[in-house]
Amino acid sequence: MSYVAFADRDHEQDHHDPDTFITKYVWSQDHKVIAIQYGITAILVGLIALGLSVLMRLQLGFPNEYSFINPENYYQFVTMHGMIMVIYLLTALFLGGFGNYLIPLMCGSRDMVFPYLNMLSYWTYLLSVIILIASFFVEGGSTGAGWTLYPPQAISPGTPGVDLGIILMLVSLAVFIVAFTMGGLNYITTVLQARCKGMTLMRMPLSVWGIFIATVLGLLAFPALLVSAIMMLFDKTLMTSFFMPAVSSMGVDPGYTGGSPILFQHLFWFFGHPEVYIVALPAFGIVSDLLSTHARKNIFGYRMMVWAIIVIGGLSFIVWAHHMYVSGMNPYFGFFFATTTLIIAVPTAIKVYNWVLTLWQGNIHLRVPMLFSIGFIFTFIHGGLTGLFLGNVTIDLPLSDTYFVVAHFHMVMGVSPVLVVFGAIYHWWPKITGKMYNETLGKWHFWMTFLGTYAIYLPMHYLGFAGVPRRYFAMGNTDFLPDSAQDLNAAITISAVFVAATQLLFFINMIWSLKSGPKSDPNPWDATTLEWQTPDHPPKHGNWGHELPEVHRWAYDYSVPGYEDDFIPQNVAADKAPVGEGH
Amino acid sequence: MTVALVFLAIILATLLGWLFKQTLNAAPWEMEAVSDLAHHGPLGGTIDKSKLIALLAFMAVASSFFALILSAYALRMELGDWVPLTEPQLLWMNTAILIVASIVFQWTRNAAINDWQSRLKPGLIITGALTLGFVLGQFIAWQQLQNSGQLVSSNPSNGFFYLLTGAHAIHILGGLYVWARATLKFVAGSGDTEGIRRSIELCTIYWHFLLIVWLVLFGLLLST
Repeated sequence: MSYVAFADRDHEQDHHDPDTFITKYVWSQDHKVIAIQYGITAILVGLIALGLSVLMRLQLGFPNEYSFINPENYYQFVTMHGMIMVIYLLTALFLGGFGNYLIPLMCGSRDMVFPYLNMLSYWTYLLSVIILIASFFVEGGSTGAGWTLYPPQAISPGTPGVDLGIILMLVSLAVFIVAFTMGGLNYITTVLQARCKGMTLMRMPLSVWGIFIATVLGLLAFPALLVSAIMMLFDKTLMTSFFMPAVSSMGVDPGYTGGSPILFQHLFWFFGHPEVYIVALPAFGIVSDLLSTHARKNIFGYRMMVWAIIVIGGLSFIVWAHHMYVSGMNPYFGFFFATTTLIIAVPTAIKVYNWVLTLWQGNIHLRVPMLFSIGFIFTFIHGGLTGLFLGNVTIDLPLSDTYFVVAHFHMVMGVSPVLVVFGAIYHWWPKITGKMYNETLGKWHFWMTFLGTYAIYLPMHYLGFAGVPRRYFAMGNTDFLPDSAQDLNAAITISAVFVAATQLLFFINMIWSLKSGPKSDPNPWDATTLEWQTPDHPPKHGNWGHELPEVHRWAYDYSVPGYEDDFIPQNVAADKAPVGEGH
Repeated sequence: MTVALVFLAIILATLLGWLFKQTLNAAPWEMEAVSDLAHHGPLGGTIDKSKLIALLAFMAVASSFFALILSAYALRMELGDWVPLTEPQLLWMNTAILIVASIVFQWTRNAAINDWQSRLKPGLIITGALTLGFVLGQFIAWQQLQNSGQLVSSNPSNGFFYLLTGAHAIHILGGLYVWARATLKFVAGSGDTEGIRRSIELCTIYWHFLLIVWLVLFGLLLST
């Protein structure tokens, strides 16, 4: 027998335990350590982006108060805030962080299939982050082209960071994509090849499904960003005219001829829209597992949930031009993209109904992860509904350049995934660290974040209807806006500063927990999925000790009638589960 | 974007078809005997097959990359300032070299599978030399273009020519890295025949893939 199924290999055969500090925590090939490295890096860089958003809000809420914010800085803040949050925080955290931690543990594998490649993926990601951060410090500063980096503005004189800033941005993106590809190939292969015995595809927890399909999307969509980044680098450094039209900039003719800025938009959004779902699908999956576990009830419509994820993933590739209505297009195209955009709401709505129906008559435990999950349902419905407005060409045109859009995408793509990130961290923290955190502090963190973000983004919808333009450094003479618009803006800024400060509670709680938190139970939430059934707590290198688990049931056997416990772990055989009195 | 969409539709249809078979009739909430199939992926659960799957996935990523450049090519071509580029004749020879390299690699692979050790060394070395020759030939074609005043910024068609050939060459160099590792292992007389055979098998697939990509690119460049 020369072939041994990968998942069946012996612990000793394949996994040499790391023994030095360096191999254990720095150049680690263990998926759990890599996940934590990804997570910490992403959160740290996310904190920078959070700081930038506060600076931005200070200018908007109290214009002319802060002399250190000039228009150039402001545009740099906006650009870097958006880029970091979408790519370097959310994408990296959901796939590099949670993907790395959860896929092998939930599928019952010892590690990723290619641990070395996995390690390389993290260090390449770190390199992309360092290049990104370096762009703050080069001459001219980081790019201020807006996170979509539209040409010709992005590489025309007058835009902040037009020299080195934009080059570093594009190089950093290219390096990030290389890192993601290395990680992504690993996630796909591990899900397909290294599941333990009995773990059929349809027994996988929805978290794994979400991460898996998001990875497929990422692998197919990130090349579009790579292509646009490379072509823009050509335009910038080699003076080609892929995107750059014949423009005269500040009285000078830079020598470009007839390129197409719209071409860039197509490439960018061909990546950009799937990117929304690269972030959203893992969040969908994770939230499904959290709701089911803390409501002690099987997920409603599991098979429908899986197929909704797959269908959303497929559809996400044919809606991209709804980001380009204001760029102008053939009305038939507009009609097509509006239609596909509205169709994608159907599987998404199915998911929302199923989450709510999972809660229906559940035995709901309002613990911290559950609070964040329910909060997510609110913000996601909210942001999703405004998406239906904006998906229509005629409604999008007047609203597209206003705060309505800012409110929409922050609700649906900012607040919602971040609530899931927090929920997931609170949920898996005991497994990752072996420690518990302070529940009360966690609940305060939730309520202040949840209500605070509503205080930020709800008023923005009204500002948008009133016609307050987004992207502006200062309003200037806008007679059509009532004075109260500025009052509202000031209130939003106060809420934003409040919410940003509230995040301290999270860090205090987690640092306290690490230092002196009480030891947690191996399975504190009585969850069924495999990661809670590891022989060691927290799981050691190789995850499963000597024997791999065998899976006998799906991930949602909660409150099964006739059994003693209200949960049956996936690795408990049919005849092994303790039968209750009523049986 | 039609090229990218057609390509994507093929990839997604393949994936969906496979998922459909796996998932449609499953009723995961019902208990059933543990299926032994479960941990054998679509091609069986060995590490060999895992590497094959990773390679196939990477080829999908690379195809997506090239399909998107081709989409951009098609869109950009329609604008007024496009002047078709006359490709250097040398490309024909390079193409022939790459075809021969693929054939020799296939021959080497067959030898590796059947354990005909004596063929491995010449096979590996000839393949590598031919492939390096292709990359060098591409580079010379660049030089010829440059010397005739066809710079990267002269026209968008030139820009695309350098971009496409450069991107393709980088993918080839990546393949050559794996080839070099396997060859060095073999020449150094490492006993890891399994590992070398595996590398050769996977490299052969990758070589054929890059040949097909090149033929598509070359055909497009010639016809426009």
